[in-house]
Amino acid sequence: MSDVAVERQIDRSKMQVSKEVAIEIVNMNKWYGQFHVLRDINLTVHKGERIVIAGPSGSGKSTMIRCINRLEEHQQGSIIVDGTELTSDLKNIDKIRSEVGMCFQHFNLFPHLTILENCTLAPIWVRKVPKKEAEETAMHFLEKVKIPDQANKFPGQLSGGQQQRVAIARSLCMKPRIMLFDEPTSALDPEMIKEVLDTMIELAEEGMTMLCVTHEMGFARQVANRVIFMDQGQIVEQNEPEEFFNNPKSERTKLFLSQILGH
Amino acid sequence: MSNTLSFVRTEMLPQKTPPASSVGLQGWLRENLFSSVGNSILTLLTLGFLALILSNILPWVLFGIWDAGSLTECRAMFAERYADGREYACWAVVTDRWDQLIFGYSFGNLHEGLYWRPIVGLALILLALSPILYPNLPRGLYIATAASIFLYPWLIWGGSIWGPLTLALCIIAAVFAYRAVAKEVSSLIAIPASLLVLGVLVFFAMSPVSSGLNAVAPIELQPVPSREISGFVLSITIGIVAIVASLPIAVFLALGRQSNLFIVNKLSTGFIEIIRGVPLITLIFVATILLKYFLPSSVNLDPVVAVMVLVTLFTAAYIAEVIRGGLAALPKGQYEAADALGLTYWQAQRQIILPQALKISIPGIVSNFISVFKDTTLVSIVALNDPLGISNAIRSNSDWNGIVWELYGFIAIVFWIFCFSMSRYSMSLERKLQTGHR
Ligand SMILES: Nc1ncnc2c1ncn2[C@@H]1O[C@H](COP(=O)(O)OP(=O)(O)OP(=O)(O)O)[C@@H](O)[C@H]1O
Ligand SMILES: [Mg+2]
Repeated sequence: MSDVAVERQIDRSKMQVSKEVAIEIVNMNKWYGQFHVLRDINLTVHKGERIVIAGPSGSGKSTMIRCINRLEEHQQGSIIVDGTELTSDLKNIDKIRSEVGMCFQHFNLFPHLTILENCTLAPIWVRKVPKKEAEETAMHFLEKVKIPDQANKFPGQLSGGQQQRVAIARSLCMKPRIMLFDEPTSALDPEMIKEVLDTMIELAEEGMTMLCVTHEMGFARQVANRVIFMDQGQIVEQNEPEEFFNNPKSERTKLFLSQILGH
Repeated sequence: MSNTLSFVRTEMLPQKTPPASSVGLQGWLRENLFSSVGNSILTLLTLGFLALILSNILPWVLFGIWDAGSLTECRAMFAERYADGREYACWAVVTDRWDQLIFGYSFGNLHEGLYWRPIVGLALILLALSPILYPNLPRGLYIATAASIFLYPWLIWGGSIWGPLTLALCIIAAVFAYRAVAKEVSSLIAIPASLLVLGVLVFFAMSPVSSGLNAVAPIELQPVPSREISGFVLSITIGIVAIVASLPIAVFLALGRQSNLFIVNKLSTGFIEIIRGVPLITLIFVATILLKYFLPSSVNLDPVVAVMVLVTLFTAAYIAEVIRGGLAALPKGQYEAADALGLTYWQAQRQIILPQALKISIPGIVSNFISVFKDTTLVSIVALNDPLGISNAIRSNSDWNGIVWELYGFIAIVFWIFCFSMSRYSMSLERKLQTGHR
């Protein structure tokens, strides 16, 4: 796994973890048919936390964060996001989804819409924002991710790194309180990884609550306040990044770290 | 040779024009027709074959006769003009009877002077389709779209204008009922409530209101019985209704077949499989002939309307499967991204999924449109007179007895013009919707 060094100085002034709970997962279990993917997950995320989730392939990282916005349904236990419990009630699900932003490994931009339309679609239809206002917000966030000049192009005409930054801007346009990232840089070439990570760092500097599945250990060290290690559908270890990397407790974590950092 | 591995260019090369043999007509010929010995032989053989066919057909077409009163007259003129004893095309049948082929009996022979009705109707339809086909045109044209739904049947079937207009009023009332109930109570109850309003209005209020209005202000066209609607007017009417109405039905069927709701899923699947499993000709036959024996005799089943409904459902079942293919071709990530942004099911379908799925399905949808338009000739099974039926009638007339190719050729060309336009439109639409590689 690449370990892109983050050269710039990180401004930690706004990266403050508050007492307020953003996400609370209690005894959550999930099965795919007979297969027990997530086992007794307990996790409390406070507002302003930046959590990196790591673990071997197939350990259930994606499944876990996808449960938080109900892209996957859990069968046991409870998930409370921003005070609203996720049940099969569609109203709650829509409410939570509009407050939780998500970025995917393969960007999932809408190829038939321009970059600007990608960013304004959800605000206009879900939040009922007037078109003009939505476009202003979209341009603001496109400037933030440094691609305002591409606003009228289609996703197919952009590089991978640019597409992922658009995907981040698209989520931000909904003014989410929580951002989920599922391996946002795994489909990118090394030089593009940096531009996406920079965008994510800026987001963290503004105090966004972030849950991030990634193998970018440089990012984890510098930005995260907590690293969670998962294996076989369970949370095996969690700690502050320094402790986690320098002093892993469990054998599984040691093995995993030696594999991804060892070469 | 000490420095074979290192090389430095000292002087940049200027741009040169490509050799003549690779550009222009010469280059094109060489590349496409004579690129190898085998290819050259094939080219020559094909050219020879084409020349052979054309040399036989072209004189027949070009030396044909356009002004004659009957086939006998044509034959006499061939003998007089060309002393070779050969027969040429007798296009006179087309000049003599083209109006009958196009307008049928209804607006032709039986009722003189009614040609304007289908012509205005067709113009209205073109106007009505224009904002759908070309979204850049002013949105106001949708008024024509809405109006044509009520005016076109009036122009074709005739009768009082108040019939279609009161129907339009009933529908508007139902829409208002829907809005009101959806706002005050809930949108789930609003659908059956508005349908109830529509049903009550149509069954109890429509005919007294329309006959009352007609008594006050009689605006009537000479009525044309359904059985007399024929020729290309019949084909085009059935074809356009089937094409326009089948697409939305097909979209719902395709979504239904993908749905997780058990009942919806099974109903859509069952409908599609049953309709697709039965030949169209059987469906048409059942609808117009057999149903009569099962329905109470007071119900007056209009054969043209029955055919329209069936052809529409038949096309919808096929197109639904084409659209399902388009839906299946979309990556799962598109659904997930739409969900993650908080779009509802219908918003996601309308904004994200369907635009892409329909775009992928355009070629398949249009080939279904083309084939249903040609399949309108099957209505001859229930004694409706499509252009082929009319051509049979013309040929049984003693003037034109013995004519074959000229009539079929004319009908084929008219069908081809319509089908080819659809095909061209679909190609231009595909090009327009191209937004770079995915
Ligand atoms: N739709 C599904 N049906 C059945 N099994 C599934 C499904 N999705 C995932 N799984 C299984 O669940 C397990 C966890 O998958 P998940 O995608 O959460 O892993 P991950 O930790 O994100 O792995 P990676 O690092 O490869 O993305 C895997 O063993 C996978 O095979
Ligand atoms: Mg994953």
